[in-house]
Amino acid sequence: MLATAIIVFREVIEAALVISIVMAASRGVARRGLWVWGGVGLGLVGSCVVAAFADRLAEAAAGVGQELFNAAILFTAVGMLGWHNVWMRRHGRELAMEMKQVGQAVLSGTRPLYALGLVVGLAVLREGSEVVLFLYGIATGGEGGTGAMLLGGAVGLGLGAAVGLAMYFGLLRVPTRHLFAVTSGLILFLAAGLASQGAACLVDADWLPPLGRAVWNTSDLLSEDSLAGQVLHTLVGYVSRPDGVQIVFYLATLVIIASLMRRFGDKPGRSASS
Amino acid sequence: MRHPAPRLALSAAALVFACAATAAEDYVLTIKDHQFTPAELEVPAGQKFKLTVKNEDASPEEFESKTLKKEKIVPAKKQIVMPMGPLEPGSYDFVGEFHEATAKGRLIAK
Ligand SMILES: [Cu+2]
Repeated sequence: MLATAIIVFREVIEAALVISIVMAASRGVARRGLWVWGGVGLGLVGSCVVAAFADRLAEAAAGVGQELFNAAILFTAVGMLGWHNVWMRRHGRELAMEMKQVGQAVLSGTRPLYALGLVVGLAVLREGSEVVLFLYGIATGGEGGTGAMLLGGAVGLGLGAAVGLAMYFGLLRVPTRHLFAVTSGLILFLAAGLASQGAACLVDADWLPPLGRAVWNTSDLLSEDSLAGQVLHTLVGYVSRPDGVQIVFYLATLVIIASLMRRFGDKPGRSASS
Repeated sequence: MRHPAPRLALSAAALVFACAATAAEDYVLTIKDHQFTPAELEVPAGQKFKLTVKNEDASPEEFESKTLKKEKIVPAKKQIVMPMGPLEPGSYDFVGEFHEATAKGRLIAK
């Protein structure tokens, strides 16, 4: 039961942190709940589908289907997060004003909520499909009993959700006028971390050269197995033994999204008049 | 069952199918009753190779190794092939994440 709880917790925490940041980033936007929880729901459904087709996926693309699938998910999420950030930079100021003046009911439609919904869905999909397979594996293996497994799964899910909630309420303590800046920063690092994970998947598939294995090794200092390591892994993409290519992707993503935010984010005409 | 002899046979087969561009040798791990055979597998250091993991159990397993940085599902009654290396000389622990208590093993790169 304990093993089940730990494994489920380990998977859930990543998705929970992503959801909490997305919820904080979309604070004050009408109908965000619909998008975010819709994303979670679709992610869960998708997880079961992926788990059911795990065989096919493993055999696809000359045996590296799983890696390519993960890389595709990760890079899609990176794109969506980048798009969200550029969009927020462009409209954040108006949004902050509208929130006071117009009220929240009008704020819907054009907001890039579908991007955030998709990010949440993809995060749930990636972690969820492993959980589904794992629970299925235990159920068919017959060890420990289904009751203990379900209890362990529920405990792991609860703990993961608690970490996400703590993060969310922590972010809510940030004053509204700084909240967009803080969540944009978080999303920027989140995206860079996902890009570095995606690069690692492509190395696994032998589609990218590693450009040096384990450029540094801090696994004795802070392992990704530890809670702190895992949280940092999700939030800022911490890797204890990164390949060179992971560092390249990480930095490139930071630079590209940040410069897109600068280049396209500011609308001098509008912001001067507002 | 899996001792150097079949590995030799495999290399011979690899020579026969020399048209396959890769010269990488194949190494095989088998999962049965949630255990890896062999539990210790010697692999070459400093070169690329392929690691095949066969799952003979009726439930899926996840080959996971922090030191090798691999995490890959092996569906029930299926096998997966992972491109690996080049590895530094040393030993690399791995587990079957879905049955961590029994499914343990290590690669020894020499
Ligand atoms: Cu995971």
